[in-house]
Order: sequence, then C-alpha cells, then structure tokens
Amino acid sequence: MAESPSFAALPLEALCDAALGRARELGANDAEVRVERIRSQLVALRDAMVETTVDDTELAVGLRVLRRGSQGFAATVELTEEAAARLADEACAIAEATSSALAVPVVLAEEPVHGPDVWSSMYEVDPVEVPLADKVALLEDWSRRLLAAPGVDHAEAAVLAVTEDKHFSSLAGTVITQRRVRLRPVFEAFAVDSETGSFESMRSLAPPAGRGWEYATGDGWAWDDELARVPELLAEKVRSPSAEAGTYDLVIDPSNLWLTIHESVGHATELDRALGYEAAYAGTSFATFDKLGSLRYGSPVMHVTGDRTVPHGLATVGYDDEGVEAQSFDIVRDGVLVGYQLDRRMAAENGLGRSNGCAFADSPMHVPIQRMANVSLEPAAGEGPRTEELVSGVERGIYVVGDKSWSIDMQRYNFQFTGQRFYLIDRGRLAGQLRDVAYQARTTDFWGSMEAVGGSSTFVLGGAFNCGKGQPGQVAPVSHGCPSALFRAVRVLNTRAEAGL
Amino acid sequence: MRQDGRLPPPQEVVERALAVSRATQGCVVIVSDTSEADVRFARNTTTTNGTRRERHVSVASFVGSGDGVGVGVASRSGVGDASEIDKLVSASEADAKRARAAEDEAPLVVPSEVDPSFTEPTVETGAPVLAEVVGGLAGAFERARAAGRVLAGFATHQVSTVYLGSSTGLRRRHVQPGGTLELVARSDDGTRSAWTGAGSAWFDDVDLLALEERLVRRLSWAQRRIELPAGRYETILPPDAAADLVVTLSEAMSGRDAEDARSVFSAPAGATKVGETLSSLPFELRGDPHEPGLQCAPFVIAPASSADVSVFDNGAEIGRTIWIEAGRLARLQYHRSAAQRSGVAPAFAVDNLTLELPGASGGLDDLVARTDRALLLTCLWYIREVDPHTLLLTGLTRDGVYLVEHGEVTGAVNNFRFNESPVEVLARTVEAGGSERALSREWGEWMARTAMPALRVEGFNMSSVSPAI
Repeated sequence: MAESPSFAALPLEALCDAALGRARELGANDAEVRVERIRSQLVALRDAMVETTVDDTELAVGLRVLRRGSQGFAATVELTEEAAARLADEACAIAEATSSALAVPVVLAEEPVHGPDVWSSMYEVDPVEVPLADKVALLEDWSRRLLAAPGVDHAEAAVLAVTEDKHFSSLAGTVITQRRVRLRPVFEAFAVDSETGSFESMRSLAPPAGRGWEYATGDGWAWDDELARVPELLAEKVRSPSAEAGTYDLVIDPSNLWLTIHESVGHATELDRALGYEAAYAGTSFATFDKLGSLRYGSPVMHVTGDRTVPHGLATVGYDDEGVEAQSFDIVRDGVLVGYQLDRRMAAENGLGRSNGCAFADSPMHVPIQRMANVSLEPAAGEGPRTEELVSGVERGIYVVGDKSWSIDMQRYNFQFTGQRFYLIDRGRLAGQLRDVAYQARTTDFWGSMEAVGGSSTFVLGGAFNCGKGQPGQVAPVSHGCPSALFRAVRVLNTRAEAGL
Repeated sequence: MRQDGRLPPPQEVVERALAVSRATQGCVVIVSDTSEADVRFARNTTTTNGTRRERHVSVASFVGSGDGVGVGVASRSGVGDASEIDKLVSASEADAKRARAAEDEAPLVVPSEVDPSFTEPTVETGAPVLAEVVGGLAGAFERARAAGRVLAGFATHQVSTVYLGSSTGLRRRHVQPGGTLELVARSDDGTRSAWTGAGSAWFDDVDLLALEERLVRRLSWAQRRIELPAGRYETILPPDAAADLVVTLSEAMSGRDAEDARSVFSAPAGATKVGETLSSLPFELRGDPHEPGLQCAPFVIAPASSADVSVFDNGAEIGRTIWIEAGRLARLQYHRSAAQRSGVAPAFAVDNLTLELPGASGGLDDLVARTDRALLLTCLWYIREVDPHTLLLTGLTRDGVYLVEHGEVTGAVNNFRFNESPVEVLARTVEAGGSERALSREWGEWMARTAMPALRVEGFNMSSVSPAI
C-alpha cells in the first residue's frame, strides 16, 4: 500500500503546472488536471485453455476547464509540457465554441483546498505485478477441478485486475495522488444435455472487490469451498423443475440483492439523472428533486447510504475526481428519500452546499461526471435475523441467490432480474432448486414490500466493474453492501413461458 | 498527421517493434491513432464537451514452445520513444515465452499485395467537424423553449487510423471515420418524450433541422395518450429498433458457443443450426466491409483473442459475409484455427451489419399506412440476455410507443417491458420495408454502422407496463 515509484517518477507536477498555467493565462475560472495510469490485465480460460489475455496500460493527461460558465475538456496521451499546455488551448476552444448554446452557466460548489496528499486503497499484493503465467496457473487449477467433477461439461475461469494511479491538481491548489486496486476473479461451470442440446450453467458468487491478488488466493473469499460446491449445485439445478409463474414471497441473498439496489436505488438517486442531465442516454429518475424528504421509497426498515470510504469498496477513494474529500451520507432513511449523490455542479445548482464527492472519470481521456458511490442497504440493528430465520417466516416463496440477467427502465420504475440459483420455500424450509425464474417489480412497490432485513452476519459487499453511464460512455466500478432481506408478494415469471415455449 | 515532434509516426513504431522483435514464430504490431470531438447537451443547454487524441499500440509476440506456439500480447497508450517500444516488445515476448501453446494457433497471415496507403499519415478530426451542429443548437434550444420542449442529446465524431504490420511482411492501414447525433425531446411537463438519431461517417450528411422536425412530429403524435395493458401485440419496429435486436442476434453467432451447446444456434450432439430456416421471409443478414455508406476495416484487427477472434488472424482479408441467406442460417463466426477444427470456412466479425429483404421497398411510413392495428415503437433500451438457449432478451420500449390504427398513428401508448428473442422476432416478421441506414440506440456506441428495414412482427411479447416516460 504505497505510492507507485514508477508513477511518481513521471513528470507529474511539470505536466500539471503547464496545463494549469496555460488555463490561467486563457482566463479559466477553474481548471483541474489528472495525470493517470491505468494498468489492466485480463486472463480468461475456456475448458482450461487460455482464450484471452490482455495486458494493457493507459497513461494520459486530461484537463477540464471552466471558462465564462462553459465547460471544456481535452486529453492526450502525449506526456510533454507542451502537449499539456496545449490541452488548455483545446479545452478553452471547445468551451468557447459551445458557449453560444449555453443557457445555464456552470457553477461548481465550493470545496476546501486539499493536500498535497497521498492516498491508497487497502490491498496487499498489486495484482498487475503478478505474472500472467501465475494467473493462468491459478485459473487452470480452478478449471480442472470443475471439469473433473461429475456433470460438468465445460468450465470458464477468468480474472480481471486493475491498478489505477492518479495525480490530480487544480487551479484552486488541491494536489492529490491516489492509488486504487481492484480484482474480479470468476468461474462458471456448464452442464450440457447432448441429446437435446440444452444446457445449464452456474457462476461463482464471489463479488469483485477493492483488493489485491491476495483475494484470488483466499483472503476474503473461500474459493476452495465454492469450487467444491458448484458442481453439486449445478447438478441439482439441472434436475430441478421449472418454476410456476405467480406471486411469491422472496428472500433475496446479498449476492443477488446488490444488483437490485444498484439499479433501483443507486441510479435513481443520482441528482444529475433526477434533473434531466442524462435524459438522452442513461435516463431520468422517478425520484425527482421535488420529492426529496417526502418520497416513500420503501418500508420503514429500509436505510440506504452512499459511501466512498468503505474498506475494499470499488467506488472507495480518498478524494473524488473534482478534488472533493470522500464522504458517507444518507440516501434513504426509515424508507424515505433524504439525499442524492452529487458532484460539485449538482450541489451548486440546487443549493445543496458541498458536493458529497461522487465525481468520477473512468479514464484520463474522459471528463469527470457524477457517478455512483458505494450505495448500500443497512442490516438490521443489533444481531438481526439470519437468512434461515427470514426463510422460516415464508409459507410459499423463493430464495434467490446470485445475480445474472438485469434490466430496468429509464426512470427506474420497472425492473426484471434473474439469478444463479432459486430455491422453493415451502412452509418455512428450502425445498430444492427451481429453474427459469425471473422476478419483476416496480421500485417503490418492491422496496415497500420489504418486511425485514437480515442482521450484520448476512451482510456482504457485492458489486461490479462495469456500471455504464454518460456520453462518451464511461464504465465505473462500484460496490453495494446489503444483508439478506424478505420481500412479500413479488411477481415471478417463468422465462421459458416468456419465450413462448 | 499531428506529430508535434513528440509522438513518432505510427509507421516508425511498427517498424521499430518488428525490428527489435526476437519472437521465434513472428510478431504483429497494431498502432491505432484516434482523435475525437464531442458535444453533450441537456435541459436546453450544452453541458460537457471535449476533444481527445489517443494512440494505442499492441504488440503480439509468437514464440515456439514444445507443443505449439505461445502468445504474449502487451499494449499501452502513448508510446513516445524507442525505449517504450522496446519495453512493450520485451513484455509481450516475456509473456509469450511463459505461455502454454495457444489453442487458436494458425500461420501468421502473409501479404498478397502491398497496401500503398500504409505510408500515408493519420487522419484526424476535431471540434470543427461538429461546428454546423453546434451552430444549430442555440436555435434549436430557443425553439424548444418557446414550444415547451426540453432537448437533450449528444454529437460525437471520431476517426481512427490503424496501422498493422507483421514479421511476415504485412503492412496495412485502415481509416475509420464515424459519428452519431442523438436527440431527445421531452415536453416540459415530462408527459411526452421522443428520440431520434443518425449515424454518419463525416457528419456532412447530418441534418439537425430534419431530426428536430421528426421529434416535433412524434411529440405531436403523443398529444393523445392511450393506456394499453401488457400482452402480445402486432408491432412495427422502425429500422433503429430493428437494429437494437438484430445487433444482439449477430453477437450470438459464435461458432464455438454453438458447438459447445451454449447458444440459440446449438443443435444436439455438438452440431449447430447452420442451414436451418430462421424465417419464412428470405431475409439476408450480412457484413460487408465495402457496403456503401457503412465501410469498415477489410482485414482482421485483433489486439486480443477470444472465442471466435484470434491474434493469429491479424491482417486476414474480410470479405462480404452472409450470416443469414434466404431466411436460413448460413454460417457462424469462426477464426481460422477453429474453422479448420470444425471443417468449415473461417468467418470473421465484420464491423457493420445489414439486414435486407430482397425486393422489399418503402419506408416506415409506407409500412404504417398498410397496417390495420399495431404498436409502433421508436427504440429499445436496457436490453439484456435472459436465456442464452433461446436468446430470450428483456428490455424496455423507450421515448415513443404509438398506436397505429387503419394506417395512421392515433396516439401515444405507455411504455412496456418486453421479453422476446430476436430469433423469434425474425420468425414472426410478416412484412419488412426497404433497408436504410439505422442507429441502434442500445448498441450504437459499439456498432454504429447498420442498415435495417422496418419490420412488422406478430405477437411481440410486452411482458409488463412501464410507467416511465
């Protein structure tokens, strides 16, 4: 956990000074420059044979300026002072060129000057420094274990490792160097019925995490246990009956619920969306600004926070990409909408004071936009119920485990999710797996039907590397923690029936 | 080309990397220089705007091992001097030496002829390409404010110049321009919304006013609101919405997945459905690097291998590739090595997609005029695979669903969540118009070059109502 010597050896200050100095000369009111190196490695095996390897380094400098109320951004891979200074000319030029169509001058919320400061996420072994051959060897071992199990016909295993070094400097005087590390190991087993050509699959439940290579070798996830269990679980799934469509009580495991939170709460409570700034692409939100403080989002046991400080969170930072210090804040309290995720523009435009630090750019080539914090559902206070206790309170229902397919509308009302495993709940007990299940609901109906949340022992930090938003498209990593939770009377579909079979 | 005395010419990068390569079985170098400009707007004002210039260099080294060829690929942005090139080559060779024998091994491609354009410079774009659109935005915003509309959208233009060289003597260059303009207009009370978009190579054929007029027309259709329940409806997909589904269909054409019994195109006992009829209409689905208006790379550019793409195939010629012919599945995607194993011809991914019904003509309005009662969509959104076995997809209708009655649009309908398979959609298509340039709202960022007909489909499964607008 230290600043990267090779990154620190780059002419960071000289590049930033050149860009900011020229921006000042050109009359920029505000300017922020990021020199950023993103190393990413992907190794993917199919049936224990290497299918894909990627070993990539992105190194570039990007500058955002605010001049006469108009924003401009420019970026280049050329790391010279001349090129950095030229970015200011280009960013100011496009800010000027588009100012004729600017109706609302951009204002950024005040933020104290920070630094110079150095911050790093929590990890032990930088995963991109682990040789690809070692990664291949680990994934071969996983694949062979799966393929050796009865009933497994094919196996996939992959790991995606990212190490992000970022140097931020602003005209206001903030100077920050940050390092973030993240890892996504995954495996999936497939069972094929060669007579019919049909198949089933089951994927590991391990979430991606803000951890180093140690995560793939057992620190934070019991890989050996899951590798041993998945073939049996897959065999059970192959034998299981197709679900009957209808209305069921659902107990949803954190391995599935994190994604429902992401889509129906995380995105819906981004203020730029709620105000219409994403109307052309990601969409808007039913949780409009006039409903702040009054919208009944869910049941009284629903408490949701935005947090950019949680250890191992994929959206955890020391400072965001506008130089705002990381924070934790309420979004839903006692089932009522009480807060939004903000960047500096959203905070200033709506009189909300300081930004809560949700600006992010996925690349030095992209401008920071408002992105998601680690948005998490709090567990029950005290010890709280275990998952088994939630199940015991269900007469006829389904226990949903693992995420798979997901989709939600552009105002975050109507969603549909599937999963890795579905268990029938019969009179308070699990009664075997079901196939072909999807659950579908409207956001506030669904969260309003949440009768109980599990205790902290059920809490898991899930998440994804690939949350998309913005134009040009940007991809952000984000975590979502949650306990198991019990929902009453949710619509369940049979996916084969939906396909007309 | 923009050199500024800092980044060496891309050809020099290619030649330097090949000169220092010590890989026993060869080396492939890909240099991609990309420039881009974009303007984003919402709430009748510009928001974020930017320009960027990028170079990305990939080096693939091939090294003999005991039982085959090991591959190492290293890539990075920038690459400013010889030492950085040398480091990249060394990194790829180190990985190749430690790699197991590659499953996709094939002889590196040997040039059949010299590409004279290889010596030509990078082609660039910048903010001036968007000047006419940007110049028109202020007026569009004024008109929108006066009429109680709120405009949002995005204009972007990008040019990539790719240089590909190999130790076998390949020297190829491809210039890929491309851009899109998307517009959304919402009534200021939030009760009506409409979308339109256009893809273009150089933005010289993008007509902001015409697109604005299309939005105004669609918002006017929505003056009458009709609530309809979930169910199966005869549905008209305009070319853009057809592209939303057909792009997903094309993504499912993996030969390996089909043979492994993991795709909608799998048949029992490791066979595939090639040769089976998908539609009673004689549709042709093709990719063609030389398709007029949709030109794309005529050779393989593969910085990494995957199920149906191989770094060994870099530089291989891509020709007109017919995926569906006369309504039958004609072929699936294979790289050369997999094709040899399976006893079929290689079929490479093509960066454009055309669906055509031979003999069909007329546009969306003609199809509407011939329709007694159907839903008319605008575009589809948040499309995700639910079941790969049937290619069942879920997603939403967005920014305009209309009811057609007796050949005319009679009002706007609520949005729906659909659960449908594009394979079934083709099978249940009863009529199609002539093919025209289309922009997939969902996939246009990755597949902007499409031509599609409007489709009239029976029994489109609208699974539930979405109150979103």
